[in-house]
Parts: sequence; C-alpha cells; structure tokens
Amino acid sequence: MSFAAIFVPNFTFQAIARCEPELQMQPVAIIEGRPPTYRVMAFNRLAERLGVTRAMTKAHAEQFQQVRIRHRSKSQEDTAHRALLDAAWSISSRVEDAAPDTLLLDLAGLARLFGTQEEVAQRILSRTSEIAMDAHVAVSANVETARIVARALSGVTVVPDGQEARFLETLPVGMLSPSPQLAEIFERWGVITCKSLASLPVLSLSERVGQEGVHLRTLASGQGNRPLLLAQCSVCFEEWFELDDAVDNLEPLSFLLGRLLQQLCVRISARALAIAAIHVTFELQTSFESTIPSVSEALDRKPLPGTFSSTLNLPVPSQDSTVLLKLLRLRLQAKPPGAPVRKIHMLAEPGRSRATQTGLFIPASPDPQKLELTLARIAAVVGENNVGSPQMLDTHHPDAFHMQKFSVPAAAAPVRKQNSETQTGFRVFRPALPAWVELQGKIPIQVAFQGRPGKVVRASGPWRTSGDWWEDQPWQEDAWDLEIHFLSESPPVEGLYRVSYDARQEKWWVRGVYD
Amino acid sequence: MHSKSAALRLQVESALAGRIASPFRLPHLESPGTVPAGIPVLDEITGGLPRGALTELYGGPSSGKTSFLQSALATRTANSEVCALVDAQDSFDPARAETAGVSLDQLLWVRCKNLDHALRSVDVLLHGGGFGMVAMDLSDAPARLVRQIPLNVWFRLRRTVENTSTILLVLSRESNAKTCASLVLRLEKEAVLWSLGERSLPSRGFHTPACLLEGWTAATEVIRCSTRRTNLHFLKHSATPGSAHKDLIRFELRSNGVTPDSSPEDRLPLSEKERTKDPG
Repeated sequence: MSFAAIFVPNFTFQAIARCEPELQMQPVAIIEGRPPTYRVMAFNRLAERLGVTRAMTKAHAEQFQQVRIRHRSKSQEDTAHRALLDAAWSISSRVEDAAPDTLLLDLAGLARLFGTQEEVAQRILSRTSEIAMDAHVAVSANVETARIVARALSGVTVVPDGQEARFLETLPVGMLSPSPQLAEIFERWGVITCKSLASLPVLSLSERVGQEGVHLRTLASGQGNRPLLLAQCSVCFEEWFELDDAVDNLEPLSFLLGRLLQQLCVRISARALAIAAIHVTFELQTSFESTIPSVSEALDRKPLPGTFSSTLNLPVPSQDSTVLLKLLRLRLQAKPPGAPVRKIHMLAEPGRSRATQTGLFIPASPDPQKLELTLARIAAVVGENNVGSPQMLDTHHPDAFHMQKFSVPAAAAPVRKQNSETQTGFRVFRPALPAWVELQGKIPIQVAFQGRPGKVVRASGPWRTSGDWWEDQPWQEDAWDLEIHFLSESPPVEGLYRVSYDARQEKWWVRGVYD
Repeated sequence: MHSKSAALRLQVESALAGRIASPFRLPHLESPGTVPAGIPVLDEITGGLPRGALTELYGGPSSGKTSFLQSALATRTANSEVCALVDAQDSFDPARAETAGVSLDQLLWVRCKNLDHALRSVDVLLHGGGFGMVAMDLSDAPARLVRQIPLNVWFRLRRTVENTSTILLVLSRESNAKTCASLVLRLEKEAVLWSLGERSLPSRGFHTPACLLEGWTAATEVIRCSTRRTNLHFLKHSATPGSAHKDLIRFELRSNGVTPDSSPEDRLPLSEKERTKDPG
C-alpha cells in the first residue's frame, strides 16, 4: 500500500502563469481586494528578490518598474485545480482532493502499469509539467507523511517503507499546519522540528494542548495514516482566461485561444479522450470607460451584447490543437465577436478517439480532420450554406434540395456500376431566366431570353406538374423541352432548353439547358 | 566554353546540394493510372481519365459536358471514392445527377458565385487531398473571364494534382488549360433524337401535341491525350489545321435511360469507320 501526494507551490501564481508562460521569467506580483485597496497576496521568486512582500499595496508594488502586476483570478485557479485533478486521474482513479494545491493519490496496483514507486512519481511529475505546473511529488506508505513531505521537499521524493519518521525529523513543525495558538505554544516550548515534537510524551502533551497536539505528534512521528476521501471523477474540461486589457484583434486573440486549446488537448488526451466539440464564450467589453457619451448618444446607442458564444462541432473527435485553432480562427473570421474581448471561457466536450482502420482495398478518402479544415476554408470563401452535400427533398417541385454538412461516408466496398448508358445532363439556371415565348397552336415557335431571340426547331411538352396546393405557396407549371436555334449569333448557336410556363404567375421561364 | 559551362553546372549543383539531388536531370515521370469515365466508347479510345493530371472538356451548350461529368462522378462514387464539384455558376442539378447514378453522399458540392471563388476553392480542395476526383465547372462562367485566367494558374493546378491519385476535371466552353491538360476533349452536339414526331394529329393515348425528347448524339474530338499517344496513331492525320477529316467519337445520351444496342462498328471513331468502308 503506498500513496502519492502532489503539491503545487505558489498555486495562485502558477494558475495565472499557466496561461501566460512568459510570466515565469519575469517578476510578478498577484494582487486582490477591492479597488482602490488592492494588496499583494502572492508573488514569484524574482519579485521577492526585488523586495516585493505580502500585503504590500498595489501602488507600492508598482514602484518596482520590472514587476508585472496581475489580478488574482478565481476562475483560472479553479481551472488549474481541475487540470491538476485531470493529471492525477490520468495516473490513478483513486484521488483525494485535499486542497486546491494538494492532491493525494492511492498507488495500489500501479506497479504493474507504471513500474516502481520512483517511476510512478516521475510519471506524475511529467503529467503536471504537461499542464504547465511545477509540482512537488512525494510517495510514501503513509498518506499524511506523503502530504507533508510533498509540501516540504521539491521534485520527487520517495519515502522508504518504515523510514517516515527519519524523513520528517528535520522538517519544521509549521509543515504540519498547526493552529496559530498551538504554533505559538510550540514556539514558546522550543519545539521547532518534527523530531522534537515526536519525542514529547503523549499523555503530557494531551493534558497540556489537547487532542490537536496529540494528532500533530502522530503526524510528526510518521504514523498518521488514514483512508482517502475519494473525489468523484468528472469529465468537465474548461479553461478560463481573463485579460487585463480587452483585445479587439483576431491575431492576439487567436494566440490566447491557441494556449487554451493546447491546455485542453493535453488534459483531454491525458484522460484518453478527444475533443468532440468546443464551446467558446467571450465576455465582451460593452462600453469604453474612457469615452463619456452624452445623454442623447446613450439613449440612441443600442446596447452591445455582453457575451459572444460560438460552438465548433467536429465530425471526428480530435486531439490536435493546431487543427482546432485553425478551425476556430476561420469561424471567428466569418463571425467576429463584434466588440473587444476581456474574458475567454472555453469548454470542451469529450468524445472517444477514433479507433478504426480502413480496408486495404477501400479507395483513399480525405482525412476527416483535414477535411473539416478544408470545408471551413471553403466556407470562408463561398459562405457556409454554399458548401456541403446535396440532399433531395421529398417533393416533385423542380430543383428542390437542401445542403447538408459534408462528412466522409463510412468506407464501403466498391460496387460495380450497373447502368452503362449515359444519361443526359442538365444545367440549372438559378434563378430561372424570364423568357418571351410565341405560341402557334399551343406549341412554342419563337423564344427570346437574355436578349437573344431564337427559333424553336422541335418542341416536347407540355409536361404539367403542380403541388403544394395545400400550402401558402402552391406551384404549377407546364414544362417544354425545346431545341432552339439562335440564328442571330455568329456562329449560330443551338441548344436544348427546358422552358416552363408558370400558370399562377402567367410567365415563361427558362429553367435550364440540357448538356 | 565547355569548361565554363561545366564549372557553372558544378556551382549550381553544389549550391543545391542537399535540396535537389540532380538538378540537371529530368525526374522520372511514371505514366499516371487511368480510370474509366463511364462512357465505354470514350474510355476505349482515351484509356479513361488520368489520375494525378488535369483533364479538360470543352464545348458549347448541349454538347454533353455535363452528361460526361455526371457519368464520371457516378463511376467514381460507385467505386467508393469521394468526389468534389466546384460549380462556378451554381448550375449543378443534383436530382438529375442522382438519377444518373451519382451517390450524393459522396459528393462535396461547392456552389460558387464567381470565378475567383471557384479557383480558390479548387486550390483548397486539391491541397486538402484525399478526393478521387475534383471537377471544376466553368461552363456557364463568362468566357471572357475564363480566358483571362493566367496560364500559371493552370500550371499551378497541374503541379498540385501531380503525384496524387486525384483526377482534376475542368469543364468550360473553350479550351484554356492548353498544355497543362493531359487529356483534352472537345464535345459538340449532333443529331437530336425525337420520337412520336411524325404523328399528324395528337391521339387520345398521348395528350401532348408535341414529340418526345429522347436524347442526342454527342460527338467528341480528342484534342490531346498524353496517356495513350502510341495507341492514337490514327489521329495523327487530323492534327493538320483545316483537315477535312475529323476523328470524332460518338456516343448517345438518353434522357429515358434506354440506349439502343450499338454495334462494335458504330463505336469506332468516324475516321476508322470511314476507312473501313471506303479504303480509297
């Protein structure tokens, strides 16, 4: 039986730096509070070297010119915590959510899967680094010992079985998280390390400081074992990003979206899943604080929507953040948010990864992910409704179809074409061309359309069709197949056209040409 | 002079070392495979549609271009291939295509409004890859604009489709791709087939006073066929401008789907038939 503890030091800073990796190399101070009384609540080592301290005012922190100020983001902390949980769940299904920055894992039975305890710990560390978090990992047979060691020692620490007390003896008592009163008492007693606490007699300690002292003594002696309080496994993959300054340009916005997508893909692939759909929500800057509109302007101006949402459904679940970003960019180019963005929320719907193998004798077809990108690019050129696969409607109305989203059909064995004769093709004029027709004995003899008069050589018809008489827009037409010679053109042109007489409108139309 | 050119050659080769193996040697081009277009008489003569190459079909209205396109799409989709049709003027008739055997589920239809959209869409589709056939229909686009497409666009399309298994089929009123196309066919309408046209008066059985359109004969001239140069020896004599002989391949298009049995003799090109009948 062994347990692992994951601890993320300076979690508040790391939650923000996760989406802005460049902050790792700069002095950063995190502030919180109500304006104007912002106070520094966290900072990184570089900022500490410059002299930034906790509870420093924002104005004071701004005196350090190199220090970058960031607001605390609860949503980004939540996201970082979920990402940490995903990393833990990718290793073991038995995880205790001890604190936002601390997770405890049950490693029972993982030796066959991952190897020794050291290898398991290294794997946990690599998973946390994949989600851009620098964590401490400790493994021990004792869950509380693992937790305390992870808080105290960086990197990977494996506590050998039975040597928990030896690992803890040098650690300060503060690592056991005593209450402020008890910490003060221990300080007055001169109990500084865990070793000194563990050496105290239990009965005397209980008489003087109560059960809390006894519990801390048990922890300090490396005997504080307990069962895990397991967290319920969830598959909610979302990322937040708050911007200090609103972004109104697609280039920087796509840069941020790329980072979020990358994080989502790492998280989702760690759980052996893929992204089936992405919902992006932007919180928009509704008005500019710098401009103060007049009363009449304020009354006339239509309120901008506060949020903008867009959903990207994928035909095949994907883990490729590059492809997803391209698709999202094309979507946003076609439908831009319309106002500067100040907060991004991205929610990924998980799906099972594609695990199919095409047949050896099946012809090659477009890769579904690449096809999605191709379709999005074409849709950006011709419009979303003008690309797809036609589907015929159940009606006799001429030219009745609708476009459906194109997707590669399931691979099927080739079939031999039964019909060997060649059918006549037809080209549709959309919209139909208005025509002038002269009749003789109810048969067209002269036709003119698009300014071109033509003589009808032969005519076939009329072919009467009607329908939708039970609807608001019924239709009825007499169709003629005409062989027309346009003698006025040089050289003379001839063709076979379909010309219809719309009885309701009492007009002639050229529907198309046989070709 | 010789030493100077040799030195220059060596200089170029050393500059391109690691990028191009032998810059002064033509790459070995394998003849692309061909697939049937679904019109047996044409496939017999041309060998079918070449993969990894550009095929151009041109002709006036009612020449049979769209029928050819439908037939090719039907054959390719029957072979479980995914096809794309870039329709420059949105004139494709899906109902007629479905009747002709095209599996609409396997057809990506791009409805363009102008030539620029069509060319950009074709470019994206060819770069996307995986399509068995990509057809670009420029038949209804203004001929003046199609003529203005620079030759380098056709070269680029040919280069993009090279070394792939995609058939690039272009339909237009006039020939534009020139030497970029591996197969160029010119189509024209010949005799239109009507029936019931000889009735003096409409009978009770037929409520229409007119005749019935059964189809027409499309004549095809092979302008260029790089895949079957050796087999088209009989076409050589027609290359002379102004020649009275025309190597036309005729096939019938039927609106009711019934094709009369044609004898093997009828399937021969006209010149071949004429030679058989009248050797002198």
